[in-house]
Amino acid sequence: MSSPETRSSQTEEPIVRLRNVSKEFPGVLAVDGVNLEIKPGEVHVIAGENGAGKSTLMKLLSQVERPTSGEIWISGEKARFHGPRHAQALGVAMVYQEFALAPDLSVAENLFLGREPARAGLVNRREERNRARELLERVGLDINPNRLVSSLTVAEQQRVEIAKALAIQAKILILDEPTATLAEKEIESLFEVIRDLKSHGIAILYISHRLDEIFRIADRVTVMRDGRIVDTLPVGELDEDKLVRMMVGRDIENLYPKAEAEIGDVVLRVEGITRGDVLKDCSFEVRAGEILGFAGLVGAGRTELARAVFGADPIDSGRIELDGREIRIKSPQAAIDAGIGYLTEDRKGEGLALQLGVDKNITLATLPAWAGLVNLKAERETAQHRSDQLNIRTPSIRRRVQMLSGGNQQKVVVAKWLETNAKVLFFDEPARGIDVGAKAEMFSLIGDLAKEGRAIVLISSYLPELLNMCDRILVMHEGQVAGVLSREEFSEERIVALATGAKEAAA
Amino acid sequence: MSSTATTTRERVPSALRERLSDAVSQLAAAGALIVIFIFLSIVSPAFLTANNLFNVGVQISVTAIIAVGMTMVIITAGIDLSVGSVAALSGVAGALTMVNMGFPTILGILAGVVIGAVAGAVNGFWVTVADLPPFIATLGMLTAAQGLVFVISNGVAVFGAPSSFRLLGQGAVGPVPIPIIALIVVALAGYFVLSRTKLGRYSYAIGSNPEAARLSGIPVKRYLMIVYIISGALAGFGGMIAASQVNSGQPNYGIGLELYVIASAVIGGASLFGGRGTVAGTLIGAFLIALIQDGSVLLGINTFYQQIIIGIVVWLAVYWDQLRRKKLQAESE
Ligand SMILES: Nc1ncnc2c1ncn2[C@@H]1O[C@H](COP(=O)(O)OP(=O)(O)OP(=O)(O)O)[C@@H](O)[C@H]1O
Ligand SMILES: [Mg+2]
Repeated sequence: MSSPETRSSQTEEPIVRLRNVSKEFPGVLAVDGVNLEIKPGEVHVIAGENGAGKSTLMKLLSQVERPTSGEIWISGEKARFHGPRHAQALGVAMVYQEFALAPDLSVAENLFLGREPARAGLVNRREERNRARELLERVGLDINPNRLVSSLTVAEQQRVEIAKALAIQAKILILDEPTATLAEKEIESLFEVIRDLKSHGIAILYISHRLDEIFRIADRVTVMRDGRIVDTLPVGELDEDKLVRMMVGRDIENLYPKAEAEIGDVVLRVEGITRGDVLKDCSFEVRAGEILGFAGLVGAGRTELARAVFGADPIDSGRIELDGREIRIKSPQAAIDAGIGYLTEDRKGEGLALQLGVDKNITLATLPAWAGLVNLKAERETAQHRSDQLNIRTPSIRRRVQMLSGGNQQKVVVAKWLETNAKVLFFDEPARGIDVGAKAEMFSLIGDLAKEGRAIVLISSYLPELLNMCDRILVMHEGQVAGVLSREEFSEERIVALATGAKEAAA
Repeated sequence: MSSTATTTRERVPSALRERLSDAVSQLAAAGALIVIFIFLSIVSPAFLTANNLFNVGVQISVTAIIAVGMTMVIITAGIDLSVGSVAALSGVAGALTMVNMGFPTILGILAGVVIGAVAGAVNGFWVTVADLPPFIATLGMLTAAQGLVFVISNGVAVFGAPSSFRLLGQGAVGPVPIPIIALIVVALAGYFVLSRTKLGRYSYAIGSNPEAARLSGIPVKRYLMIVYIISGALAGFGGMIAASQVNSGQPNYGIGLELYVIASAVIGGASLFGGRGTVAGTLIGAFLIALIQDGSVLLGINTFYQQIIIGIVVWLAVYWDQLRRKKLQAESE
C-alpha cells in the first residue's frame, strides 16, 4: 500500500519526538506521560474516545498549550513553548475544526496575514495574488484569491487553512477532525491533497472518529485512552474490531442498535413548506415510533427544512400539523411548547452557552421554575441524572461547557433535548465528533426514543447511519424533496442518485 | 447507558475549584479593595470612623444601585449608556410631579422610578424590536433624555418638593443612612434575581450565546426588554435618591455617571462580551472607586489625579478579564 517513497522516508529520523509529556488541567490529567515519534511523510492518525486527550496532545505540539512536564523535540530542536508562532517557525501548522480565518478579508490576504510580501511597508498585491494562486492550486482549490473568505463554503475554507499551512512551509500539519463538516466528495478530494502533501515529505497528524476514514488514509495509528497511549500500530496490523477494542476497552457488537419500535399514527405532517430559494414545496410526515432519515448533499436544504419546521427561520408558505391539528409555529419557543425539538448541527454556534456550566446547559430549554424562581435542587438532580445517563465526562456538572472535549459537549446538547420530552425530535448530525462508543450509545438512545413512541427525524451525511437506523429515508436535492424510500427500497445507489438529481435511476 | 470499562482518571471533584476560578477576577478587585482599606486606615486617622465609612457608602450608593442594573445589561452582552441622563430625567420629572402636580412623596418617588422604567423600555424597544446595537440605542437615549430634562425644567433646578422627600437621600434608620439601606435591598434583590430566577439564568444564557438561547425556546427579546427596563428603573431610583440628597431635581445631574457605573461592573468582573458578571463583584468595583475617591479627599489629592487612578484601575481590571478570556479560548478547542 505504501509507495516506495514513503517506505524509504519512514526509516528517516522522526520529525517530532515527544518524551514523557503530560498536561494537567485543574482536576483532569488530559495527557499522561506520552511518548510518541512522528516520521516525515507519514499520515499518523490519533484515535480515541471523547476526552481521551487527542486535541490536547495536538495543542501541546502546536504550542497553544504548555505541557506540565516532559519534552517535545521538533526537527531536532527542543520546543521552548513560546506560543503558536514559535511552533509555526519550527514548521508545525494546525487546522482547527473551527477555522481561524478572518471572514472579511480576501483569501490572499488571509494566506499571508502577518507575512505580507511587502517592501517599505507597502503590500505587493500582485505578488500576493500570484503566490496565493500557486498555493491554492497545491490544495486543489480553483478560486479567485480576491474572493472574501466569508463567501467560501466550509470545505473551501478548510482548504485555505491548509494552504496557509503550506505558506509557512509547514513540515507537520495537524488536522483535528477535518472531515466532520465535509460531504463525501469533498472528503475524497481532501484525501488527495493529503496524499500529495505526504509525498512531499510533510507529516500529517490526523484526528478522526470515523473508522472508515482511518483505514483509508492512515499509515500508522496511535490510540489514546484516558490521556495515555494504548499503542501505536501500522494500519496493516489493525482491523475495525481491534481498533474499537483498543479505543473503548471493550467490544461493541452493534454500532447501530436499532430497537424494533411499533409504528403508530402520524405525529407530524408538513405540507408545502417554501422559503425563498432554499426550500421549495417540501412535504413529509413522521409517525410515532418511526425514524425518518433526511439524506442529501451538504447544502441540499436538510438543515433548513428542520429549522423551518422548528420555527428557527421564517417560512413563506406551508402548513404544519401535529397530531392531526394544524399549528402555527412562529418561533422555536412555540415549537418546543408544541412538542418539537431540534438538535442543531453546529453545537458551538447554536447549541451551547459555552460560558455556562454543564448543568445550566442541560436545563436551558426546560428550566425547572415556579413563578420565575428556579428550583436549583431539581435542576441539579436533572442535570446529574442526564449527565450520568449519557456518560458525560466531566469532573463536575458545574464545569463550564467550554472546558469539555468536543464529544462531551455534543452529549450536553443531546441531554438538553432529552429533557424536553418532545414528541418529535430532529437530530441534525448527532454523531458528528463523537467516538464509536458514544456513537453506539447515541443511536441506541435514538432507537429507545422511537420505541417510547416519539417521532424521530435523523439528518446525516453518513449513509450507513441512515441505512441502519431509519424506517424511511427522505432524500433532498436543491431544496426539494427528491424522493422518499421505504426500508425495502434502501440502497446507497438509489439515495445517491436521488441526491444528485439523477431522477430516472430511482424508480 | 453502559459505562465505559475504563477508569476515569479525573481527580478531585472540583466544584470548589471552579467557583474559586470564577471568583478570581473578583478576588483581584477584592484584594485591591482590602489593600486600599488597610492602607487608608493606617495613613489617615479620619478614615476608619463610622461617620466617614457611612459617608463613603452614601456617596457611592447611587452609582452602586444603578450599577446593579448595569450588571444585568452587561451580562446579556449589552450596555446602557443612558443611565446618567435617565437619572437626571427622573430626578427632575419626579420632583416636578411633587412640586407642580401635588404628588405625595411616595408617589413622586415612584413616578421617578416609572419614568426611568419607561426610558428603559424605549431602550429595550430599539434593542429588541428595531435590532439596534445596545451601544447606539442607549447613546440615543443619553442625548434624548438630556434634552428632555432641559425642556421640562427650562434648565433650572426644581425646588420645593415636600420636606419628607429629604428622608430618601438624607434620612437614616438608627445610625444607618437610608441610601445605604436602599443599596443593600437593591443588591440583595439583584443577587437573588441573577442567581435564583429564570430572568437571571436567561440573562447569562443570552449573553453567552443568543442563538443557542433562542433555539432553546427562550424568548430572548422579551427578556432583553425586561433587563433594559430594570436598568432604567434603577437609574430612575438612583436619580430620585440623588435629587433627595440635594433637595431638588438638578437638570445637570448625572453627566458622566454612566462611566462610573460601567466601571464598577467591569472592575467587578462583568464581561462586556456577555455571559459573566455578578452583583457581588460589581459592589466590590463600586466600593473600590468610592475608596479611591474618599482616600483622595482624606489625603488631599487633587480630584483630577483621582480620576486618573480610576482610569488606570479600569484598564487593569479589563486587561485582567481579557487575559483570562484569551486563556480560556486557547484552552477550549
Ligand atoms: N482548557 C481545559 N480546561 C480544563 N480541562 C480541559 C481543557 N481542555 C481539555 N480539558 C479536558 O481534558 C480532557 C481531554 O480533552 P481533549 O479535548 O484533549 O479530548 P479529545 O480526545 O480531543 O476528545 P474529543 O474526541 O471529544 O474531541 C477532557 O477531559 C477535557 O475535559
Ligand atoms: Mg478533540
